[in-house]
Amino acid sequence: MKMYLSNVAADPDRTARLIEIAKTSLWPLLEGAISNTIPLTIISFIVGLLLAILTALARISHIKIAEMIARVYVSAIRGTPLLVQLFIIFYGLPNIGITLDPFISAVIGFSLSVGAYASETIRAAILSIPKGQWEAGYSIGMSYSQVLKRIILPQAARVSLPPLSNTFISLVKDTSLASVVLITEMFRRAQEITSRNYEFLLVYTEAALIYWVICFFLSVIQQYMERKLERYGV
Amino acid sequence: MISIKGLFKQFGQLEVLKGIDIKVEKGKVVVVIGPSGSGKTTMLRCLNVLETPSKGILSIGGQTLDFSQNVSKKNIAAFRRLTGMVFQNYNLFPHMTALENVMEGPVIVKGENKQKARQRAQGLLEKVGLGDKVNYYPSQLSGGQQQRVGIARALAMEPEVMLFDEPTSALDPELVGEVLKVMKDLAKEGMTMIVVTHEMRFAREAADEVIFMDGGVVVERNKPDEMFTTPKEERTKKFLNMIM
Ligand SMILES: Nc1ncnc2c1ncn2[C@@H]1O[C@H](COP(=O)(O)OP(=O)(O)OP(=O)(O)O)[C@@H](O)[C@H]1O
Ligand SMILES: [Mg+2]
Repeated sequence: MKMYLSNVAADPDRTARLIEIAKTSLWPLLEGAISNTIPLTIISFIVGLLLAILTALARISHIKIAEMIARVYVSAIRGTPLLVQLFIIFYGLPNIGITLDPFISAVIGFSLSVGAYASETIRAAILSIPKGQWEAGYSIGMSYSQVLKRIILPQAARVSLPPLSNTFISLVKDTSLASVVLITEMFRRAQEITSRNYEFLLVYTEAALIYWVICFFLSVIQQYMERKLERYGV
Repeated sequence: MISIKGLFKQFGQLEVLKGIDIKVEKGKVVVVIGPSGSGKTTMLRCLNVLETPSKGILSIGGQTLDFSQNVSKKNIAAFRRLTGMVFQNYNLFPHMTALENVMEGPVIVKGENKQKARQRAQGLLEKVGLGDKVNYYPSQLSGGQQQRVGIARALAMEPEVMLFDEPTSALDPELVGEVLKVMKDLAKEGMTMIVVTHEMRFAREAADEVIFMDGGVVVERNKPDEMFTTPKEERTKKFLNMIM
């Protein structure tokens, strides 16, 4: 580190070159973020969230078979590395004749992952709503699905907002794993740049900073939403 | 008319209700008293079918549920609409305003037109003295105000009978009166009510009959004045001595 810095300081040409590389890499990196990292995050999160709600409902459904399937799914996803899952989907499935577009493979992988982790969050949030809320709903004649939709899920959504925001922020970073299935998201773009100029420290740090800025921005939004929901002290 | 016949309820090995028979004429107010654990809440919850009785026949108006046979979900839902339940802890929906709490049942369950439901809800909230609080969330209301919203919410479904489970026992003493007043007004209007409460004043002023439950059975039923001054049963005397 010290040597690197002193080298840089001692050599004005090198300094200029580094600044130039930082500048010219910025747009390609951002482009990778905008065209792949961010869409991949958003699409996978939405699909994953739907999957998570279904899984959480299955887990609390008292329908043996649904409960069982949900349990196995969550256990399998949580018990295996995301990287390995992505390899299975993208490199493994073609062996049985299923060849998927890289982006689709990544969406499937990340959605399955979000679905499993977030389902536990949502399940816990649903269970945290007092039994009296179900009973109050039933007592005015509502059905199970009406109580769930109108009374329980809206309250569970508030409870699960902070942990789900964390899941979302983690997902932004996890999408860097999509580089292994040939998607030119931001991290793969960084790899491409460094393969030409060998400035690993500079370019990877630059990519890291962009991840940081995105996540920082997201956590500001998270805080804003939490404060807004807190107002009625649920 | 409401009738409970041979009502039994078991939780696992624990037999909580051991053959309850109660009849309430339309427009009458019945107060239920009894020691903790005697099954008062369970009895109300069976009537609202929040608990499924182990055995017994419930009937309200023309509708009957016989729990010695299989009872369908549909029949339970229809039966439930005949009763309005007011909970000890209010159980208001915290993510809805007072008005939305009251509108919820009519709009979602009865499919009532929103405009009409809103007007009725506004009227009901005025009736319980909360006309100026319709847009408040439960967390912005006092316990007494929340409980009055709870009453309005139950009334919005236009039930045949209102069930109250210790509606004032979670309240600070100075807030009890406002809730009891609403209940007395309801009684005067001819609402049929079954009220579990230890508020003797309410029982004396509003009840047509007082029922004393102990150990899962009805021990004594009597006129309020007689119940509190000259009870017939030894167990009633003991209990009243303890609480008065
Ligand atoms: N869901 C349940 N599972 C098991 N036991 C229960 C359940 N609900 C109530 N009980 C038991 O049934 C008995 C009667 O309870 P209940 O709540 O009906 O009494 P209560 O007369 O309302 O008492 P309190 O005055 O304390 O409210 C108690 O022993 C209680 O522990
Ligand atoms: Mg009770």
